[in-house]
Amino acid sequence: MASIQLQSLAHRYPSAPDYALNSMQQSWSDGGAYALLGPSGCGKTTLLNIISGLLRPSEGRVLFDDIDVTDLTTEQRNIAQVFQFPVVYDTMTVADNLAFPLRNRGIAKNEIEKRVADTLQMLDLQDRANDRARSLTADDKQKISLGRGLVRADVQAILFDEPLTVIDPHLKWQLRTELKKIHQRFQHTMIYVTHDQTEALTFADQVIVMYEGAVVQIGTPQQLFETPEHTFVGKFIGSPGMNVLPCEVDGSEALFAGKRISLSKPIDNPTARFELGIRPEHIKLSPSDGMPLNVTALQDVGRHVIVRGEIAGVQLSALVKDGVAIPENPCVSFDSARINLYADDYRVASGRGD
Amino acid sequence: MLELRNITRHQGEDVLLDDISLSMQRGDLNILLGPTLSGKTSLMRIMAGLDKPDSGELLFDGVSVLGIAVQKRNVAMVYQQFINYPSLTVFENIASPLRVARVEKSQINRQVAEVAELLQITQVLDRTPDTLSGGQQQRVALARALVKKADLVLLDEPLANLDYKLREELRAELPALFAAMGAVLVYATTEPTEALVLGGNTVCLHEGRVEQFGPTLDLYRAPASLRCAKIFSDPPLNSAKVECVAGQLAFANSQQKLGINIKQIPDGSYTLAVRPHHLSREREAIDDIEVKGCVSVTELTGSEAFVHFSMEDNPWVALLHDVQDFAVASSVEFYLKPQDLFLFDCDDTLVEWQPTIKS
Repeated sequence: MASIQLQSLAHRYPSAPDYALNSMQQSWSDGGAYALLGPSGCGKTTLLNIISGLLRPSEGRVLFDDIDVTDLTTEQRNIAQVFQFPVVYDTMTVADNLAFPLRNRGIAKNEIEKRVADTLQMLDLQDRANDRARSLTADDKQKISLGRGLVRADVQAILFDEPLTVIDPHLKWQLRTELKKIHQRFQHTMIYVTHDQTEALTFADQVIVMYEGAVVQIGTPQQLFETPEHTFVGKFIGSPGMNVLPCEVDGSEALFAGKRISLSKPIDNPTARFELGIRPEHIKLSPSDGMPLNVTALQDVGRHVIVRGEIAGVQLSALVKDGVAIPENPCVSFDSARINLYADDYRVASGRGD
Repeated sequence: MLELRNITRHQGEDVLLDDISLSMQRGDLNILLGPTLSGKTSLMRIMAGLDKPDSGELLFDGVSVLGIAVQKRNVAMVYQQFINYPSLTVFENIASPLRVARVEKSQINRQVAEVAELLQITQVLDRTPDTLSGGQQQRVALARALVKKADLVLLDEPLANLDYKLREELRAELPALFAAMGAVLVYATTEPTEALVLGGNTVCLHEGRVEQFGPTLDLYRAPASLRCAKIFSDPPLNSAKVECVAGQLAFANSQQKLGINIKQIPDGSYTLAVRPHHLSREREAIDDIEVKGCVSVTELTGSEAFVHFSMEDNPWVALLHDVQDFAVASSVEFYLKPQDLFLFDCDDTLVEWQPTIKS
C-alpha cells in the first residue's frame, strides 16, 4: 500500500473552457480510508480517474510513495478498482472470477486458493463458489466485483467508484460494514467516490467534500457535521442539511429575527453577506420558549419527525426524536454553542455557549 | 379507483405475482415497497396494461381494463432511467403527449406552463435535455408524465438514479405535487426511508406476494409479519429467537435474562424484534431490558453512531444519537423498553401482547 500525493494537480478537458478540477495540493497517508463526496459534476470522478491513471491530468503530478506515477498506465500503477456496475465474466465460475486478477499476476496456485477462499468467506459467497456468474443476481455480481478489488494483497491502493449505488438497502448495510472491517483488518489505502453522505461518512476516516471542481473541506465526519467550513458542506452533509439563515452582525453579536446571538469573537467585515448555520438536530422546540415557528409540514420518518416551518419568512427544519411530543404552536430556540457564522459562505466564527 | 383482484402471473416456472388483490383510490399515493425481484415492476406493468396476468381481474372505476390497449388507457409511467427526447426542447418534451392527443395549442401552452411551474423548471423550457443536470432531466420526465392528467400515474423508482441530496429535495416536494393531481398514484421503491417521507399507503411486497397493505406509518409502527418489519427497517431490524414457558419469556440460545412476564400468550417459540433506534446506552426506567453483546464494527456519521454487535449469534445494530466509538471486540450493554419490542409467532405473524411486571 502507498501514500498518495497530488502536487498542483488540475485538469481541463481539451475542448472545455473551464477547469473540471481546480488546482489542488493533497497528501493522503498510507493505509487511510478516504471518501470523495460531492454532487454529480463536482469533479470527484475526474479526480479518481486521474489517480487510477485512466486520465492524465493537464497540470500537476501524482505521486505514490514519493514516486511520480503521472505518466504511468493504470496497470503499471498496480491498483485495484471497483466500479458502479458489476464487472464479471459471466461464463466463469464465481471462484474463477476472483482468481482471475491473481492468475494474471502469476501468483502461486496455493496462494490463489487461499486468497479466493478468504474472499468468498468475507462476502458470504462460499456456497456459490462453483456456480457460473451468469446465474447470480445483480447484487451478488456486484459482490464479486468488490471481491475482485479486494482479492489482491499487493496493490498500492483500492479505488471504489460508487460501488453500492445499485445495491438494495439491506445488502448495502452488510457490504458497507464488511468494507469497514476489511479496512480495519488489512489497512489498505482506500479511496471511495460517492454522492451518498451516509456511505462516505461511515466508510472514511477523512472525507473530502468537493463542489464545482474544488475541494471545499477535508475532515472527519464529526468535523464536517459540527464545523462545516462552507455553507455548501453544511447543507450537503446531514438529512435535512444545516439551516442557513440570513442574519446581520453587530460587533460580537449576530441578529436573527430580532434575537441577538453571542459570537465567539467580534466580526469586523461590514460588507460581507452574513448567515447563521444551525443544524436541525440542534434546534429545540418548546410551547413558549423562543421564537414562534410557523409550521408548514411535519414528516414522520420513524426514528424522528422532521418539522418544517418558517420564522420571519425564512424556512427552517428541526428534528424531534421519536416519542417526544411536538407542541401545537411551537417556539424554537437554538443551541448557541452549535451555531456557526458564515461571511460570504465561509465560516468565520461560532456561537458562544451560554 | 384501481382494483386488482387475484392477479397472478408466471414466467416459466417462476411465480412473478401470486394472487394479488388491492384497491387504490384517486388522490392517494400508493407505495410499492420491497427488495429487487419482489414483484414491484411486474405489478406496475400489469397495472399499465403492458403485460397481461395469467389470471385475475383489473378494474378502473369499476370497469375491466384488461383487454384495453395501453395506448387507449389514460396511463403515465416514469422509469428509473429518465427518458427524454434529446433533440426536442424541454417545452416540446413536456408537450409531446398533448400533441399526440391533439390538444389545442393554447391549452398545451397553459398546461405545460402549469406543470413546469410546479416542478420548478420554467427557466429551462427553451433548453435541450442534454444541457440539464440529472435532477432537472428527471423533473422533465416527471412533468411529461404529469402534464397529460392521466388517471393512473406509475412511478418506478423515479429517484433511484439521482444524487442523494436531489433525492432528498424531490422527496420533500413530491407529496404536495401528488396531492394536487387527483390520479391514482403508484410509486415503487426499495427504500423504507423514501416510503416514510412520502407517506400515503404502502404495499409491502415479498416474492410476488402482498405482505401487508395500509397507511405507511401504520405498517411501520405495527408490521403484521416479521418479513414486513424487516423490509420496513433501515438500519436493519434486530431480532432473536425467544421461548415462552409458563408466561416467562427468555432468549432461546442464551444465558442472558430477558425478564419479561407475558401471561396472555401460549407457550412456544417466538421471534423478538426491535428497531435499532430503540436501543439505548442508559437504563431510563426500572423495567428496561438489558442486552449484552460484542462489538464487531462501529460506523460514525458525525451526528450518529451505528454500533454493530453480536447479541449471542444474532447480528444486531444500535443507532445512537451522538458520536460514540467502541473498540472492536469490546463488550457493550444496551437497554430496551418493553413497549418498543415486537413479538412474532412461529409463523412470523405479529403477536399482540402487553408487557407486564418484570420478574
